Amino acid sequence: MDYLTQQLINGLSIGATYALIALGYTMVYGVLRLINFAHGEVYMMGAVVAYWIAIGIAPWGWPVWGALAVIFGGAMGACAVLGFAIEFFAYRPLRNKPRLVVLITAIGVSLLLQNLAQTRYVFGPTPEAFPAVIEAKTVVRWTMGGPDNVVTVSNLDLLSLGLSLGLMGVLAWVVLRTRQGLALRAVSYRFDTSSLMGINTNRTISFTFMLGSALAAVAGVVDAIRYDVRPLMGLMPGLKAFVAAVLGGIGSIPGAFVGGLVIGLIETLVKGYLSSAYSDAVAFVVLIVILLVRPSGILGRYEAEKL
Amino acid sequence: MLLSVNNLEVSYGAIAALQGVSVSIDRGEIVALIGANGAGKTTLLRTISGLLKAKGGSVLWEGKKELRGLAAHEVVGLGISHVPEGRQIFPHLSARENLMLGGYQERSNGVLRERMERVFGLFPVLAERSEQRGGTLSGGEQQMLAIGRAMMGRPRLLLLDEPSLGLAPLVVRKIFQIIREINAEGTTIFLVEQNAHMALTVAHRGYVLQTGRVMLTDTASELLEHSDVKKAYLGG
Repeated sequence: MDYLTQQLINGLSIGATYALIALGYTMVYGVLRLINFAHGEVYMMGAVVAYWIAIGIAPWGWPVWGALAVIFGGAMGACAVLGFAIEFFAYRPLRNKPRLVVLITAIGVSLLLQNLAQTRYVFGPTPEAFPAVIEAKTVVRWTMGGPDNVVTVSNLDLLSLGLSLGLMGVLAWVVLRTRQGLALRAVSYRFDTSSLMGINTNRTISFTFMLGSALAAVAGVVDAIRYDVRPLMGLMPGLKAFVAAVLGGIGSIPGAFVGGLVIGLIETLVKGYLSSAYSDAVAFVVLIVILLVRPSGILGRYEAEKL
Repeated sequence: MLLSVNNLEVSYGAIAALQGVSVSIDRGEIVALIGANGAGKTTLLRTISGLLKAKGGSVLWEGKKELRGLAAHEVVGLGISHVPEGRQIFPHLSARENLMLGGYQERSNGVLRERMERVFGLFPVLAERSEQRGGTLSGGEQQMLAIGRAMMGRPRLLLLDEPSLGLAPLVVRKIFQIIREINAEGTTIFLVEQNAHMALTVAHRGYVLQTGRVMLTDTASELLEHSDVKKAYLGG
């Protein structure tokens, strides 16, 4: 029981970052019908920017909360700009081209960012530990039944889950309650009709990329603190978050969130009960099963249009 | 002239859809554009509202502002609202949200509430259905929602593309009655219709479009009596 509980906590903690990345995939897919394969690299760039900020502010000895706020805020801002630039320079010129062209471009952008990050001007090829801004420590400790049956929750788990849930709430508010969110929902249905409403569709698309990229940055910083920073760190989480978005129903925002948590849980359970050798493979097994059994995903919707 | 279209040329690749079309619309008028399928009626509306790019000619707003080259959202900002063919309701959004989108460029919630009250006055059924998703409304209600949505932009010129499409005769009559009401309250209307009889009954003037060219233009009552129009569009 304690072992299972511990695995579930770990799974949610990992899944929370997948969920944050998956939100960007699903939002961009919602407006452009594009799987933005460069999204994992935006996550990586979030970690890289956070790394440099953390090194920069280290000598000033700020309190943990202040340092975290600057690091997260800086990474989010930088990635929002990066997301804007990717869409503006790489995808916008191809707006009316076949989707395959844009998809291949996305893979190209992904490779470009991976390789840029490996140059020493951006980061460099070797993994680096994140500067010690916040020390990992156990904040909750339950003994279940006996002294050997202990379940622990670390401050990083709480950070990951708290940020993920909080940002999901903010995102829901933006999408459901604001003027910009209404425009986003309209544009995700049809460009031409939306522009007849007076919506600047290009601006709405930019906004979507910036929002999704800022969320990916948060996931990147959490994982940078938890593990380390590497130029290729975006590859696996990027692919798994893509699977999570498909699992939840690509285009569905709550679906991406649920999908992310589920992928995190499945992966951790496989690691805990089968073998950690399968932990990366299982996400792709899930992808294959979903595509065979329910291609629209858990919360995906099918809409009939009345003529 | 509120809107004057001069020698407009539009083509889809090598196929010419409009070949030098000229149309003018005065303040306060209802002008009908009739013609068969594929004559270029929808193309003309979509070019005016900025969804399609013209190859030649001009579209002048109030005699001075050139609309060619403007993006669709900029045309809306000038006071031209377009109710597209097939209504194009956002099916996953509530009727209220659809209406809010029609007034997207107005940022004041107070003004939007006022406009929505006016739309509910024109279409009381929309008030009852305001929390229902657009896709669940009947065809007639969707057409009312599409017109109401366009009115949320407080347009000076309303472009209507086939408002009668796929609706029962009773509903069509109701819609046209409201079109008249909207016009009586001061909105100029450019109406594209295949239902030539209905359109010419409410319009002041009309144009007949045939394979990308204006074949005929006259007052609506003259067109209703015109032998060619009778033969081609009014069933004899």
